[in-house]
Parts: sequence; structure tokens; C-alpha cells
Amino acid sequence: QLQLTVPVAVVFSPGSVPWDLPKPLPFRDVQEMELSVNLRTGVTSRYEIVYRSSTAQEEAALNGATAREADAALRPLQDASLGALTVYVVPEASSVLPQGISVYVGKHRSALVRAGGGLATLHTRIQQLTQVMSFTASSITAAFSDRAPNSQFSPDVRRHLKSSLGYEITFSLLNPDPKSHDVNWDIEDAVNRYVQPVLDKLSLVANFSVDSQILYYAVLGVTPRFDKESSSFLLSAHSLPHVINPVEARLGSSAASLNPVLNFLLYVPERSHSPLYIQDKDGASVSTNAFHSPRWGGIMVYNVEAPVSPQAALPLRVDVDMVRVMEVFLAQLRLLFGLSREELPPEFLLESLGNEGLADWELDRLLWAHTMENIATVSTTLTSLAQLLDKIGNIVIKDDVASEVYRAVALAQTAVSELAMGHLQLAFQASKEAATSSERAFFDPSLLHLLYFPDDQKFAIYIPLFLPMAVPILLSLTKIIRETRQRKKEPTKMD
Amino acid sequence: MAAPVSVVCWVRAVAALILGCCGVALATGVQDKAEQFFRSGHTNNWAVLVCTSRFWFNYRHVANTLSVYRSVKRLGIPDSHIVLMLADDMACNPRNPKPATVFSHKNMELNVYGDDVEVDYRNYEVTVENFLRVLTGRVPPNTPRSKRLLSDDRSNILIYMTGHGGNGFLKFQDSEEITNVELADAFEQMWQKRRYNELLFIIDTCQGASMYERFYSPNIMALASSQIGEDSLSHQPDLEIGVHLMDRYTFYVLEFLEEVHPASQTNMNDLFQVCPKSLCVSTPGHRTDLFQRDPQNVLVTDFFGSVRKVEITTETISLDSNLATFESKLPQDELATEPLKYAEQLPVAQIIHQKPKQKDWHPPGGFILGLWALIIMVFFKTYGIKHMKHIF
Repeated sequence: QLQLTVPVAVVFSPGSVPWDLPKPLPFRDVQEMELSVNLRTGVTSRYEIVYRSSTAQEEAALNGATAREADAALRPLQDASLGALTVYVVPEASSVLPQGISVYVGKHRSALVRAGGGLATLHTRIQQLTQVMSFTASSITAAFSDRAPNSQFSPDVRRHLKSSLGYEITFSLLNPDPKSHDVNWDIEDAVNRYVQPVLDKLSLVANFSVDSQILYYAVLGVTPRFDKESSSFLLSAHSLPHVINPVEARLGSSAASLNPVLNFLLYVPERSHSPLYIQDKDGASVSTNAFHSPRWGGIMVYNVEAPVSPQAALPLRVDVDMVRVMEVFLAQLRLLFGLSREELPPEFLLESLGNEGLADWELDRLLWAHTMENIATVSTTLTSLAQLLDKIGNIVIKDDVASEVYRAVALAQTAVSELAMGHLQLAFQASKEAATSSERAFFDPSLLHLLYFPDDQKFAIYIPLFLPMAVPILLSLTKIIRETRQRKKEPTKMD
Repeated sequence: MAAPVSVVCWVRAVAALILGCCGVALATGVQDKAEQFFRSGHTNNWAVLVCTSRFWFNYRHVANTLSVYRSVKRLGIPDSHIVLMLADDMACNPRNPKPATVFSHKNMELNVYGDDVEVDYRNYEVTVENFLRVLTGRVPPNTPRSKRLLSDDRSNILIYMTGHGGNGFLKFQDSEEITNVELADAFEQMWQKRRYNELLFIIDTCQGASMYERFYSPNIMALASSQIGEDSLSHQPDLEIGVHLMDRYTFYVLEFLEEVHPASQTNMNDLFQVCPKSLCVSTPGHRTDLFQRDPQNVLVTDFFGSVRKVEITTETISLDSNLATFESKLPQDELATEPLKYAEQLPVAQIIHQKPKQKDWHPPGGFILGLWALIIMVFFKTYGIKHMKHIF
């Protein structure tokens, strides 16, 4: 039984209080939803909602000109702990929200809702918001997919990167035609400017290490088709899966660490195959000219314009526009982690992210999902370890394995209790350490059980050894017994 | 009368064409959905190829394994995802008339050893213990990445084993054996830790079907070259090299795989038909009851190749290039980083300086004591105490 608590604060600005409040402000309310993952596991989502009216500072912030300014001004005033949500209700006629938009989700952990329609609509809005900003039933079941019966899921559900202690990100530039293109990319600057802020935000989730390389004479495994109408080369959607494999062998996926590796490739097509566009299933050109593969990484094709004069000196110097490239790569990174902006009802407006790449509430979503996944991992690992020990009685458990197991159990219990109290950060850290400990205990090299002796082998070994030895012993034993019995029968001959 | 008839015909033809198009569109829509439903949910592929014999006369087992290795690489699985365990004593064997080569076809047509073989466990490292460690993941902490099976719950794994086997066991390097129960337990541990999505187990030994009898974990499909009580036979000797080059079952499987390319749609049912009794003399067997999908829908490239699921990236985020670079990246505090050094492979200092360990003396255990007591009692009862003085 797992309980997930989300602390939500609903702040009413003057003029937006619905007429059918059950109690005067401020008051608390608790809403619970049960979800049963399988026969023995149930997850209760508990939303602890505090309704209150706004303070003067908040009112001043809410009177800002646009939603974005209001959001920025409200940030220092709200509860910034991970997992908490603040919903500000603005009057129906307020101009903070643009026309036609009734919900605005900011970059941090707050949202602006237009009042109107009474408490019931407010509740629906709050529920929709928590679905977007915390977790949904499907994300819960996805996190526990290991324990749920298999038939429930389409195979596409678990495509996001699994929760891990660290990730390696590798940026590679593939230049198959160095004679024509002299490609330079300022990757270090781009990483520092665009990628590092995102990774810093994600540093709570895992450790990231970034490296980059340039590969020459690396070709895609597929020959693109020439399309006369657009006089360009096209890669169709069903040939894309075969592109990755020939390249992968040369990428040198990190030999140093055991963390999952995410590869981001930038391919500059050869002069004879330029320009190269990717087609999707319907035959339309893809605007980003990029595709990604779950749990692996992404590839983007960067076309170089043909030189103005045909006699231009080769190789052409190409300076890659890193902004365009990083926009795509960061979007792919978000997709690989499962942070896509899903379909929302039309009255919702999501703040665009800009250079931060990640909204705070998206980080929260990731943390909720990873925490639940870690707890599920701990319980399955320890259960299977226990089953293993039941089956094979003569495995010796070393002290350090035992201490890791105890530690994993204690930390998992901490994580569960912290989740029930709504402290997401502590819960996540506890769950991460619990998962690490349990994996260390399960994969300890000393737990290898090698000696399996079927009964017939035992007989086959021991009988030839002991049977010849046992024969004289048994015969002598019978002789002794017979003698003793005889002596007992006849009275001792005493002369 | 001809004109209206032709008009009618024409109208009918157009109607049929339109209906046909709709039908095709519908069919492709349905087909897409069906494709999606029957597709395997894996995102990466691994292969564990094990040759369990050594010595020159077992050349064919090494050639088997190397040929499968070549096919698997050709179809796309990279070396980093292949764990190859070979005794690797063929190519440089003093008895090899063509050093540095291993041929799989007579007349030396195909050198499967080549230039880019990456053997992960070679020679005496191919043991039952290492094999089980690779499968279950319980490797010592200093094992390099290439020797680990880093599969996850979305990996399809191909396990190919060849060598000498018997009813319920497989012989490893002439000194130890692995039983089918151990193998089944290893697979169960892999399943418990979700180290595979689907597993294909192929074994080419005598009485190979006995090895997959005991599997009980889900999502395993198994193929064997012969049934219990039958021997798998080798294919053809080469007169110049002097040994048999390949086993029959693997030879025909490889011929089958040559037709397969990364985009092909051949399914497992075709693989089951490979090597009928007329060609193979033994009866190949297979086991699919633990597998959830229908073998008809399982592509051969799901296991032998590495076809990735890709998605077109349609979203981008917008970056502002004019933002000043984050000066918050202070020059990294000069942490006193320890100079990097290699991990201790052997605790040399300890070995050199250690004193001989005092081995504690333990009194003999109960069973031995009891046995000796019994023997001595019987001896003296039979021969009488009075003889003791003659003995001592």
C-alpha cells in the first residue's frame, strides 16, 4: 500500500472566491483517489488542499500585466519545496490571463486559474492541474509496470529511460565527407550555455556527464532516394531504423562507466547527397529533420547550403548553428526522459520554457515517477532475493550483503513514509539510495549458486565409495548382534 | 446501346476503384494497428554466443559460434552488445594449416575469424561460473563493460550455445558441466530482475532438446538441433584442414540467415522449418509454450538483428541565443583531486607482506567421528580386545 501526498495550496484573489464554499477561508480539504495496480498493491493519491485568500503581495503580483510576469513575481512567494503546487484563482474578468484561456501553467510550481462556475468547476480544474503537474494514473501504473500483469500494457508503455544513478550524454558530429565540408561546431560553448542549465536542473534526478566527439567518414547505413520534385534527397520513415546500427559500432559508447548512454548525433550529409530531408510516414518533410530512438538517443541531419559559386574552394568551411541544433537535441532529451507536453484541453496554456529547458513541475513529475519506480524496484529485487534464498538453501549470505539488505529495507520504508507526508525530495533521495543498496545486494558476486546436485548424482557418487566399506561393517554388526542375543539366551557358563 | 453500356461500365469501374482505394486505406489502417499490436516491445538487442569446447578436433564448434557471430553482426547488433565466449584456440593452433583463420565452409570459402572478432571470454575464462555470472549479472566489480550483459527490461537476448552435450547437461571445456536445471534457474533469475524482454535460446549439441526442457520463466523461445536420444551430426570435413568444419544444424541455419537482411519480414515459423530430418539426420526441436506472442508474428530480426524503434522528433524548444552565458559557472573549485590510478587488480602489498595465516584447527565433524567410532568398535569386537597388545 503506497500513499502519495501532494500538498496543494489554492489562493483566492479578491473577487474570485466562489459563492458556494462550504466553509469560510482558510480551510483544509483532503481528496483521495485509489488506484489498484495489481492484487496486492494499491496506490492512494492524496491531495491535501489548503484554501486561503491571497496576501497583499500576492495580489500585487497577480495584477501584473501578463501571466508570465505574474508567474515570475509570484515565485518567491510560494512554497518552493518539490512536489508542492500552488494554484492562484484570479477573478473572471482579470486581464492577466489572455482571452479564451482559463488555466495557465507557469514555469515554476504554480498555475493561474480563471474563476467562474463555482466550486465544482474549480475542483475539476484543480484535478486537471494535478494530473498535468504531478502524476496521472497511467504514470503510476507505468512506474509499477514490473509488478502489474503483463497483458495490461501495450509494449510501447515503458520506453522512457529507466531511473538510474547517472547518465552519460555523448554529442557526436558525423562528417562523412571531410573533403567537401570542413565542419566546425563550438560544442563546448553550446553545452555550457544551453545544455548545462538543463542538466543542472536535472542534477537532483541523477548525475550527468557530457562528452563530445567528431567522427569522420562515418556514413549512414541507408542510401537516400533522390526526389526530382524537390531536387533533394529523402530518407523515408521506414528506413530510419536501419540508420543507427552501422554508426553505433563506431560511436564508442562509453567503455568507462556502467551508466546508460544517450547519444546525440549531428549528421552533415555529403555534398553529393545534399540536401537531405527526413520524411515521415505520410511523406511530408519533417521540420526538425531529426528523429530519436527510445532509450538510445537522437539523430539530426544538418544540411549545408550549396556554395554560391560552383568553383568555390573545397573544403567549405561550415560553422554549425548550435542554437538550432541544441533546440532539437534538448527537445529530444526531454522526450527520452518522458517529458512530453501531452494533449491538453484548449483552455490550458503552458508557459514556454526558454533556456531553462525544464519547468519545475516537470522536474516534479520526473521525480514522482522515478521515486515510485525506485520503490517498485526495491521491493521486486528484495522479494526475488528472498525467493532465491528459499529455493537454494546453502547460499551463504555475507555480512555486507546482509547490511545492504537491511539498509535497503530501512530506506524504502523511509521513502514510503516521506511520500505519504508529501516530502518529495527526501522521498526521492531515500528511494534512490534504497534502490542502489538493493541492487548491490542482489548482484553481489558471492551469491552465485553453482552446485546443483540432482539426487541421482548424489547416489552415483556416494554409493561406490561407501558400499564396499559398509559391507564388512554391516556384516560384523549383524554378527555382534547375533552373538549378544545368543549370550543372553543361554545362561552364562560359570564354572 | 453501346454508349450507355460503356458509361455504366466506366462508372462501375470508377466506383470499384474508389471502393478499392478505401479498402486499401482501411486495410493499411488496420494493418498499422495490427503491426503495432504484434510488434515486440524491445528497444535493444543483445547476443550471448558460447562455444563450450576446446581442442583442435572441436574446430566445428568454434566455427559454428563464429558464423553466428558474423550473422548477428551483419544484421546490426554491435560488438558492445555481443558477449562472445570462445576457447579461441583454433586460429593460432599449431595444427592449423592456415594460421589466423577459421573456416566455415570447405574449400576455405569463408574465413569467419576475420579482422574484427571481439572475443570477450576466451580460453579458460569460458567456465560455467563465468557464464552464469554473465547471465545473472553477478560479476565482480572490476569487470570491464565489454564482459557484462547490461541488458534491461526492454532487451531481446539471443543465447546460442554449442558444444558437446548429453541428456540434461552441456559439457564446458572438458572439465565441468552445466545442467538444464541450473540454466533454467539462471533464466528465472534473469526474469526476476527483468533482465530481458524476450529470450531466444538456440542450442546445437547432441540431445539438445533436453536443455530446454526445464525452462519455466516466461517469454523464452528455444530451439535445439536434436531431440533427446539423438546425436547432432557434423556437416562436412575439409581434407586440407583435416577436421569437420561445421555442424549440420548451424550450417542450415546460417544458410537461412544469409537470406535475411535487416528489413526482412521472415518470421520464426520459417526458422523452425530449417534443417528437416532429411538434411539434418537429427530432428530439430523447438519450444514456444513460454512465449507470449505467436511465432508467426515474431520476426527473425527481433533477435538476430537490431532494428530500433524510432520516432520522428516533432517538438523543439525555443532557445534564446542572446542570453548572456551563465557566469554562474564559477571556475570549478580546485578540488584536490586525487591522482587517478588503476584499480587494484591484485593486492600486491598484502601478498608480499603477509604472514602465513594461522589456520584454526577444528575437531573433525560428527559424521566422520561416528564412522570411525563404528569401524573401531567393529574391529575390536570382531578381533577381541586381547589382540591389542599384538598390534601396538
